[in-house]
Amino acid sequence: MKYFLQRIAFYLFTAWAAITLNFFIPRLVPGDPVQSLIAKFRGQLSSEAINSLYVLFGLDDDRSLWSQYIDYWGQLFRGDLGLSFTFFPAPVSQVIGDALPWTILLVGVTTIISFLLGTSLGVVAGWRRGSWADGLLPVTTFFSSVPYFWLGIIAIYLLAGPDSFFPSSGGFDSGLIPAWDQYFIPSAIQHSLLPALTILISSVSGWILSMRNMMVTVSSEDYITVAHAKGLSERRVAVGYAARNALLPNVSGFALSLGFIVGGTLLVEIVFSYPGLGFILLQALGAKDYPLMQGIFLIITISVLVANLLADVAYMLLDPRTRKEG
Amino acid sequence: MTIPTSSIEQVIPGQGSMAQPESVRPGKAKRQRFLFLRNGKAATGLVILGVYVVLAIIGPWITPYDPSARGNDLVQPPSADHWFGTTHLGQDVFSQVLEGTQSVMFVGFLAGTIATVLSVLIGVTAGYLGGKADDTLSALSNVFLVIPAVPLMIIITSILENASDTLIALIIGLTSWSWNARVLRAQTLSLRRRDYVEAARATGEKTWRIVIFELLPNLTAVIASGFVGTVIFAVLSEITLAFIGITSNSGWNWGTILFWAQGQQALGQGAWWWFVPAGLAIAFLGTALSLINFGIDEFVSPRLRSAGKTKLKTASGGTVRMRIGFTPVLSNSAEPHTHARPLPREAVK
Repeated sequence: MKYFLQRIAFYLFTAWAAITLNFFIPRLVPGDPVQSLIAKFRGQLSSEAINSLYVLFGLDDDRSLWSQYIDYWGQLFRGDLGLSFTFFPAPVSQVIGDALPWTILLVGVTTIISFLLGTSLGVVAGWRRGSWADGLLPVTTFFSSVPYFWLGIIAIYLLAGPDSFFPSSGGFDSGLIPAWDQYFIPSAIQHSLLPALTILISSVSGWILSMRNMMVTVSSEDYITVAHAKGLSERRVAVGYAARNALLPNVSGFALSLGFIVGGTLLVEIVFSYPGLGFILLQALGAKDYPLMQGIFLIITISVLVANLLADVAYMLLDPRTRKEG
Repeated sequence: MTIPTSSIEQVIPGQGSMAQPESVRPGKAKRQRFLFLRNGKAATGLVILGVYVVLAIIGPWITPYDPSARGNDLVQPPSADHWFGTTHLGQDVFSQVLEGTQSVMFVGFLAGTIATVLSVLIGVTAGYLGGKADDTLSALSNVFLVIPAVPLMIIITSILENASDTLIALIIGLTSWSWNARVLRAQTLSLRRRDYVEAARATGEKTWRIVIFELLPNLTAVIASGFVGTVIFAVLSEITLAFIGITSNSGWNWGTILFWAQGQQALGQGAWWWFVPAGLAIAFLGTALSLINFGIDEFVSPRLRSAGKTKLKTASGGTVRMRIGFTPVLSNSAEPHTHARPLPREAVK
């Protein structure tokens, strides 16, 4: 329990650090970015949007940094992330709220499948070192060196097309309205298959490799020899003794590499025009929509923190040593 | 039955290549380095990397065309004139890829260097000093580890408009040091209680001397593999930033090529030559760097090597799989020729 509370305290601290970072980044911009934005939009910005921009960049009147910071927190607690001017007049929180479920479903499900699949393959590759399983390594190395988005482009080129089963863009058929019904869900799944496959292929190799190396390290431990000597079946030794212990570092690695995976999947969404956070981030970047960009960064960070917390819970369930203390 | 000698060497403790690095006599140092190159993976990786470095240096001089110059052949497939075909403006893709190598390698190595220096400073300090300093520095690196680096980079780069290569490398370096710092801290923690460090401390060596002359040489492999890993990450990040079009558009790198290919519907036109070469260039560079890293890993921990052929045929036609820590016992093998016979049960009692 003590371990768990420590982790929660750490995540709260990290969330605070990320939010504070988010507060300071726009204030580092040299010059007067608001004027250049107003010039860029040639009077299409409402006075409300201009005001919120001044607040965002800390250029409003002459209030102290501290009172701006307090105000910023107040806004956050009200769920007010400012106005998006790409999707004007929608508030940022609403734009993000529409996109978030797509990303969470796509990335969440794919990452978990990738982790499970990669870990199982890694168990085999590590246990049967020197067999055909070692042949997996060069192939997976190559795939893990390819940027996610490039693999996505190739997948679209090779597999998607007007006559293909795989649609090349979007999250669902354009004629449908998002709802939990028998028309929408199959269409959404069909649209998510190719992006999911792309993420899976690029991310699985990392798990294979780390699990293989852990298995190799673990399999020369004394308790494995004992298990063999007891005459336990090969399978039981591999899964119940070696893999169980080799899994722990991989689970903590899972938590730590989430940030990297999320970065890569944003790009996959962009390539597939998948209606998640990555896609609206691209639109925000194109339009210099700073409030939306900041909101997306904040939400991604908080999602990653929550996922980390879940991974920690899984770790606690798997490793009795963390439960013993306290 | 012959047993591959390499697999035996791995089993004998204290005979691994890195088992006792501090006891290696200076005269043998050279041979140790060759040992690293004898690893097939590392050697392959270094050769490919060498080709990239050469291309990065001479690339701009040997491009057959000016990569930005427009031509009359629009979106042409590869031909003798244009090895990798042309873009929507008639630009030569081959020249663009060659020219882009320099920017990619520059950003990769600069960001890798920045991140490595930071991670050594923070990780080794935290691990060696311990106590409050360790708590603070570990918290700092954990925070950077958990905050997703790529979105952060995207935000910073897009706010600093038209960032140059150097600035991009700086941003990548400053956001990606945390993983190595963590690994180095853990390694330093395990080293600082070793006898030779204690001995150095007892003879009154200064802290900076212990860190530089006692600890760092033993962290070389970890630092090197961290550097290589960061270079891979930095290259992918730079290309990502260029691909979404938020870096300066004046120069060429592989991400810029992909940005234009994506923006000009290269896919829809079936212009595969526009995006395949740049992607393969990234993939081979990444593979080369990963191979070097595997080489370093296997050099440090020989156990990780692919064991080669472990399935052996016995004289009687059965197969047996060799494994670390086990003496294979064949069910159909002849009686072992030993003098020690198992004692009868009564005798044991």
